[in-house]
Amino acid sequence: MSQDLIDDATGAALGLPARPVEPGSAHEPGRHVDLRRVRRFLVRRPGLLLSALIVVLVVLASFWPELFTSKDPLKGVPSENFRGPSGAHWFGTDELGRDVFSRVVHGAQLSLKATLIAVAVAFVVGSLIGLVAGFVGRWVDDVLMRFVDVLLSIPALFLSLALVTALGYGTVKVAVAVGIASVASFARVTRSEVLRVRQSVFVEASLSCGARWYSVLGRHVLPNAAGPVIVLATLDFGSSILAVSALSFLGYGAPPPAPEWGTLISDGRNYLANAWWLTALPGLAIAATVLATNRIARALDGEWSRQR
Amino acid sequence: MRGYVIKRVAQAIGVLWAAYTVSFLVLDFLPGDPVSAMAGAGADTGQVDPAQLAALRHQYGFDKPILVQYADYLGKAVRGDFGDAVSTGRPVTSTLADALPQTLQLTGAALLLAVLLGGGLAVLATYTSQRWLRQLLLSLPPLGVSVPTFWTGLLLVETFSFRLHWFPAFGNDGIRGLVLPAVTLAIPTGAQVAQVLAKSLLTALDQAYVETARAKGAGRWRVHLRHALRNASLPALTVVGLLVGQLIAGSVVVETVFSRDGLGRVTAAAVTAQDIPLVQGVVVFGALIFVVTNLVVDLVYPLLDPRIVVASGRKAGLA
Repeated sequence: MSQDLIDDATGAALGLPARPVEPGSAHEPGRHVDLRRVRRFLVRRPGLLLSALIVVLVVLASFWPELFTSKDPLKGVPSENFRGPSGAHWFGTDELGRDVFSRVVHGAQLSLKATLIAVAVAFVVGSLIGLVAGFVGRWVDDVLMRFVDVLLSIPALFLSLALVTALGYGTVKVAVAVGIASVASFARVTRSEVLRVRQSVFVEASLSCGARWYSVLGRHVLPNAAGPVIVLATLDFGSSILAVSALSFLGYGAPPPAPEWGTLISDGRNYLANAWWLTALPGLAIAATVLATNRIARALDGEWSRQR
Repeated sequence: MRGYVIKRVAQAIGVLWAAYTVSFLVLDFLPGDPVSAMAGAGADTGQVDPAQLAALRHQYGFDKPILVQYADYLGKAVRGDFGDAVSTGRPVTSTLADALPQTLQLTGAALLLAVLLGGGLAVLATYTSQRWLRQLLLSLPPLGVSVPTFWTGLLLVETFSFRLHWFPAFGNDGIRGLVLPAVTLAIPTGAQVAQVLAKSLLTALDQAYVETARAKGAGRWRVHLRHALRNASLPALTVVGLLVGQLIAGSVVVETVFSRDGLGRVTAAAVTAQDIPLVQGVVVFGALIFVVTNLVVDLVYPLLDPRIVVASGRKAGLA
């Protein structure tokens, strides 16, 4: 399973950004990833392998939480409250005797969902703005990019908080608020990539051969501009997890019994003096996931294509 | 030079105006009816008197056409009047002004720590010839940007307040109360400074002028600090300019964790109470901080790199 993920991930890194550099020659190896090379690449980077494993585990936990734990995240055994981490309760139990590990595992679903929505909003809206600005140019470009500048001038957390004030509470609303706050960086990167590709010789050639603008866009500009945007999306995944969990820590996420990661930590905050595991261990899950996605983003960002 | 400054100030005012407009669109326009949101948040009783709603609407001018409202609000905002906070009834501007000193203390201390620690880490990591030390130091910044600030804050409280009793766990009292929040806030910022500075230091050390300086017999530290660092600090300075806004926004989380009074606590309370004028004030204030720090950074550039003054002077002269 982890092998599959890596193949896809490194394939994206190899296939997409490598092509414009060496048109023609890179086509063959770009399609079929050399398995031996992948293995050597990964063996030299145990951190990357571990990161991929963590991401796979988090994804599995969010779809099939029962794979990891059979305990109910919402129902507790009051007589077993405030037990420290042990064999029976890996992450201990909370004030109601609920199993914290089970809550973290089940919380992955809510937090991952929120993160995916946030990244999707930022990716779709941001790259659409960047694409239109870069491809159309002229006054459209000016107007859109001034708008993006304004979004950048408001600190991301303040912008998210303003949107939460307007939209209200809840996992999805928080996710949308976080996504909109990172639209600006996607717009910037997409625009600069589209501008770079648009000036290349093969676009000029295909335009002068009489290709329509939409076929040039779909065939040449989009595939060649996608690489850095995908790297940014991976990076944004990590920062979205942080932003979403910060907002749910502040209490704007899902209502109380739901085990969102940020909410778990803010619940545990009340028992900081006598039950360290209630804050430390769920936080570890967040940190490990963010660290893993950031590491993968770094690998996608040219580490593969630089290593020969 | 003066033309350059005037142009930058005009741009800054333009950005502020646009930020105000965006916050107006988001807050006063998006939810449809802010008044019922306010009334709902203010009173816990489910029933709201329609006449009271209408009166509220009239008081805040929501019964006027949206463009008239916008013009009214903008006119007042230019004079520094953002209306009254719904939850407390106090003017937004003075609420923010009262909360600001505590937050500036916190963010100032955090910025200082971040620049010193992040910069020191980058300089040391690029200076050392010990491979393990370099690897160790360079692995810290990616860690620093990946941990949630509210978590590090709570862990610091757990360790240094509850176990070791070195620092108070919460409150605004003095330097001792400032240490843990400032460290918490400085970790992600310092990590980003370190990442950028280490990268640009490595680039600078490859340049021909570094080789020249070495060939002329300058010592390693002198080459590293006087020649490479001075040139490498420009990108880091840009990043610091961008990070100041993030620090102010980060105070929302850190002040909540440490129960400190300040702008962040005010913001969190305003969002919870759906206090639209107050949130709008905070957003515009955030944009103001961003604009001012970037202006300062742009004006500091020429001190670090005299070539910029010549180039920008020429550009401004033409414009």
